Amino acid sequence: MASQRKAIALISGGLDSMLAAKVVLEQGIHVEGINFFTGFCVEGHTHAIRKQDKAKPKRNNALWVAEQLGIKLHIVDVIEPYKTVVINPRHGYGANLNPCLDCKSFMVGKAYEWIQQHGFDFIITGEVMGQRPMSQLKHVMPVVQRESGAGDLLVRPLCAKKLPPTLPEREGWLDRGKLFDFSGRSRKPQMALAEKFGITEYAQPAGGCCFLTDAYYAKKLADLWQSRGSRDYELDDIMLLKVGRHLRPRPHFKLIISREEGETNFLEGYRRSFTHLRTLSHGGPLALVDGETSHDDLVLTAQLVARYSQGRDTGQVDVAIHHKNGEIEQISVTPLKPDEIPEDWHI
Amino acid sequence: MSEYHLDARNILCPLPVIRTQNAVQNLQKGDRLTVICTDPGALHDIPTWSRINGHRILEMKNDNKLITIIIEVEGLGS
Repeated sequence: MASQRKAIALISGGLDSMLAAKVVLEQGIHVEGINFFTGFCVEGHTHAIRKQDKAKPKRNNALWVAEQLGIKLHIVDVIEPYKTVVINPRHGYGANLNPCLDCKSFMVGKAYEWIQQHGFDFIITGEVMGQRPMSQLKHVMPVVQRESGAGDLLVRPLCAKKLPPTLPEREGWLDRGKLFDFSGRSRKPQMALAEKFGITEYAQPAGGCCFLTDAYYAKKLADLWQSRGSRDYELDDIMLLKVGRHLRPRPHFKLIISREEGETNFLEGYRRSFTHLRTLSHGGPLALVDGETSHDDLVLTAQLVARYSQGRDTGQVDVAIHHKNGEIEQISVTPLKPDEIPEDWHI
Repeated sequence: MSEYHLDARNILCPLPVIRTQNAVQNLQKGDRLTVICTDPGALHDIPTWSRINGHRILEMKNDNKLITIIIEVEGLGS
């Protein structure tokens, strides 16, 4: 009797990868899920940080999908190796700083390494031809196979019939007749298949699952690179870009100002690494100063922090400046008025 | 049976889950891992990860924003 074939499915937490894994599970293949954490994933983070999002479920959708499918899920930290993809993508960026094609090749390549290490037979993705403008066009699908190294061990069950048969199909591990020929941007075929499988609940992420596709986030990352004169980052850098109001009043420093209690709590964890400011006389935000500042710069930051405090309409706000060496300086400032904050200070 | 501790404070999901997963990979069946974290997402994610990988949650508490989850390692596999 032939041994049961094993596949690893890239699980994002969305419907397509869920369906792709389900289609292969239905053919008697042992399927486990894999999910890559790049640091740019929207998943969970902002919900955890922002208090106003507390009503939203904080579940990790990839884990949730795995549980619905009854499969294991391996979450892999790829923060370090992923930097190359973000900083120097071979195929360039999409509309923002999203290197979608390089990203897909990278993730399939990591999955290929994983199956070799764990004795699995092939890889599944939820790609649908023509669904995404950069990484799922017909002419780039062979690029992902080639650049990932996975070749024809990469199966896209939802659009397999539009592609040449892969090894698992040719060898009869998978019945090609039971795979699909979905294409285009319509979601109707996937929704119909979900209904057929009895899948009634699934995540529908608005704006994608990666911060690099977000114009505001991409602008902040570009600003970070420009201000440092180097296209590099650490995890803390890209986490802080997800939080707060970012203002750059001068080229050599910027301020990260919390917008609500959840963000304040998050920034608290970073305050010892930065000069930071708090309002004393009125309720207000926590602000981190990223960069080297003069005394005049700090007075300006205090006025900005006062602007976003409950004392914004008063004449004076007392502000504590906590220097990185532990010294605390207290000053009274007049809050800036909205028209005194140029639009181009906002990153 | 051995007892282990994992400090996953001040990191956000899925990092507490990844750290838990990586720690459990080095443990034996019957071992217990106490995970301390601060991200409320862990209250959902670590139990889900444990269930789908066949491990058992012995205790879970949220004490003034400090979350403690005790896992007993059961299922081991790929």
